[in-house]
Amino acid sequence: MNILVIAEHDNANLKGATLNTIAAAKEIGSDITLLVAGSDIASVISEAQQLNGITKILNCDNDLYKNSLAEELSNLVVSLASSFSFILAPATTFGKNLLPRVSAKLDVQQISDIIAIESEDTFKRPIYAGSCIATVKSNDAVKLITVRSTAFDPVANDNSDVPVESVEASNSANISEFVSEELAKSDRPELTSANIVISGGRGMQSGDNFHLLDSIADKLGAAVGASRAAVDAGFVPNDYQVGQTGKIVAPDLYIAVGISGAIQHLAGMKDSKVIVAINKDEDAPIFQVSDYGLVSDLFNALPELDSKL
Amino acid sequence: MKILVPLKRVVDYNVKVRPLPDNTNVDLNNVKMSVNPFCEIALEEAVRIKEAGNAEEVIAVTVGKSESQEQLRTALALGADRAILVETESLLEPLAIAKVISKVVEEENPDLIILGKQAIDGDNNQTGQMLGALLDYPQATNASEVMLDDSNVTVTREIDGGLQTLKLNKPAIVTTDLRLNEPRYASLPNIMKAKKKELTVKNVNDLGIDVSPRTELLSVELPPSRDAGIIVESVDELVDKLKNEAKVIG
Ligand SMILES: Cc1cc2nc3c(=O)[nH]c(=O)nc-3n(C[C@H](O)[C@H](O)[C@H](O)COP(=O)(O)OP(=O)(O)OC[C@H]3O[C@@H](n4cnc5c(N)ncnc54)[C@H](O)[C@@H]3O)c2cc1C
Ligand SMILES: Nc1ncnc2c1ncn2[C@@H]1O[C@H](COP(=O)(O)O)[C@@H](O)[C@H]1O
Repeated sequence: MNILVIAEHDNANLKGATLNTIAAAKEIGSDITLLVAGSDIASVISEAQQLNGITKILNCDNDLYKNSLAEELSNLVVSLASSFSFILAPATTFGKNLLPRVSAKLDVQQISDIIAIESEDTFKRPIYAGSCIATVKSNDAVKLITVRSTAFDPVANDNSDVPVESVEASNSANISEFVSEELAKSDRPELTSANIVISGGRGMQSGDNFHLLDSIADKLGAAVGASRAAVDAGFVPNDYQVGQTGKIVAPDLYIAVGISGAIQHLAGMKDSKVIVAINKDEDAPIFQVSDYGLVSDLFNALPELDSKL
Repeated sequence: MKILVPLKRVVDYNVKVRPLPDNTNVDLNNVKMSVNPFCEIALEEAVRIKEAGNAEEVIAVTVGKSESQEQLRTALALGADRAILVETESLLEPLAIAKVISKVVEEENPDLIILGKQAIDGDNNQTGQMLGALLDYPQATNASEVMLDDSNVTVTREIDGGLQTLKLNKPAIVTTDLRLNEPRYASLPNIMKAKKKELTVKNVNDLGIDVSPRTELLSVELPPSRDAGIIVESVDELVDKLKNEAKVIG
């Protein structure tokens, strides 16, 4: 059972979701190869060499892969695919962008966003915004899978010096070009890996009011998230969005402030261990999934909470 | 320039979907069906490009049952010039759908194909990227801005860490995110006009492609439910519970 895991990184560091994806691969088999493709990736390779559970690293260091363009990376993965019976990637915007392109080239029906592995060909995945869980069996000879990171605990980095093999770049597709990137900079933990997340919704009324959440987040070491309504209203950037079509989080503590609890929002946070809701409407659906609900005006509750932490 | 918009008939996003009693599938009896929200955004973008004078024709296409004509009529009322239904009685998987759409692309030769980033039924997020691979076209998924010039499409995409801008050669594939635009509503005169617009129906069996399923749906269940929690009376009580009962803060 040869398994290929595609690493997500920014040419300097591995992204956390790679570790969860390897954890899922370990439930399938033990012969796990990690592909790291990028440009000037020595630091990523040495980080990867410590990862528990992998047996080999394929290093493809080439300018072509600097920006993870799907057109280029998919050709590389396809060129390596014949040695593997499983190809896994994280179900992040990186993996979602890349893996279907590989699947179609290999004529395989990909299984997206798995949350459990029943056997080597059967997987569980949420459908309809997580309203239902489907159990799906793949009859393709090769399985291509994206992995929901919150469903698998990350592997440790207690390995030493996993062997590295260099692989050649593929021919360039040369049909798309990277122009620019505007990445959010923050000293707070990343939304998808934070132990505590505090999110604001339309009830926050403005972007300025998010400072009420920031200050609490700083005290708790939490990440700040938002509902789609808050993103659409321009209170915060899109990368804050939690939900069916945003980020999936499952922290130890999720605090929803001024969020009604639409199914599309719940899809992104209802696997959190403890959920707190602060909302002035006692009938808000968010209270049906929260462990602790506080019916209160957030403009009173947040300053008080801040002062008591 | 010609724009193709593949769209899907799905359960309306306000419907809370449940499994059938025998857990073989979801219960879609008597539920409201709509155009997938991301596809509405795709269509709106195409229509705006046409209205700005940058495209001559917008074609909506769907792969599905005969009832999907309803959603194609909606698309025509929202501004598509004509529509194509590739009819099939079985529910196809994204790979098969991408193959069917690639045949339509070969016939129509659009310069731009705008799809939704995901269909909110299966939440697969695959079809656009698969279509890109089958046609060897470049792709920009999760678009929040689309700009056109003579030979390229420049797209800003929503990615996990922020925003990324890519420049694609035409013909190109774009998939939409929610922020790209806010779709219009169909006006009554446009709904009337849509009835006269051209809607072609083809049968999937005439395309000569293998659309047989690669996966089997073994069961559909409800997710584990959460136990109802408690309402606390004050911020003090909340802080106390989080510290001493749930032990999630220090
Ligand atoms: C295809 C599709 C995909 C979507 N994907 C997502 C997604 O990924 N994530 C997501 O979040 N949404 C998503 N949505 C949107 C979703 O349906 C809801 O519209 C959205 O989650 C609502 O956000 P909200 O709870 O902030 O706003 P609202 O529903 O307007 O709720 C605001 C809440 O704030 C409370 N409030 C107001 N003022 C105060 C105050 N002073 N103090 C305390 N409480 C107050 C109100 O009582 C209310 O409950 C999607 C929608 C569609 C159609
Ligand atoms: N049956 C279909 N007919 C036409 N377009 C479809 C169909 N299924 C999916 N699509 C397109 O592909 C997008 C992504 O769907 P999916 O890959 O199923 O999440 C949708 O938003 C549509 O634009």
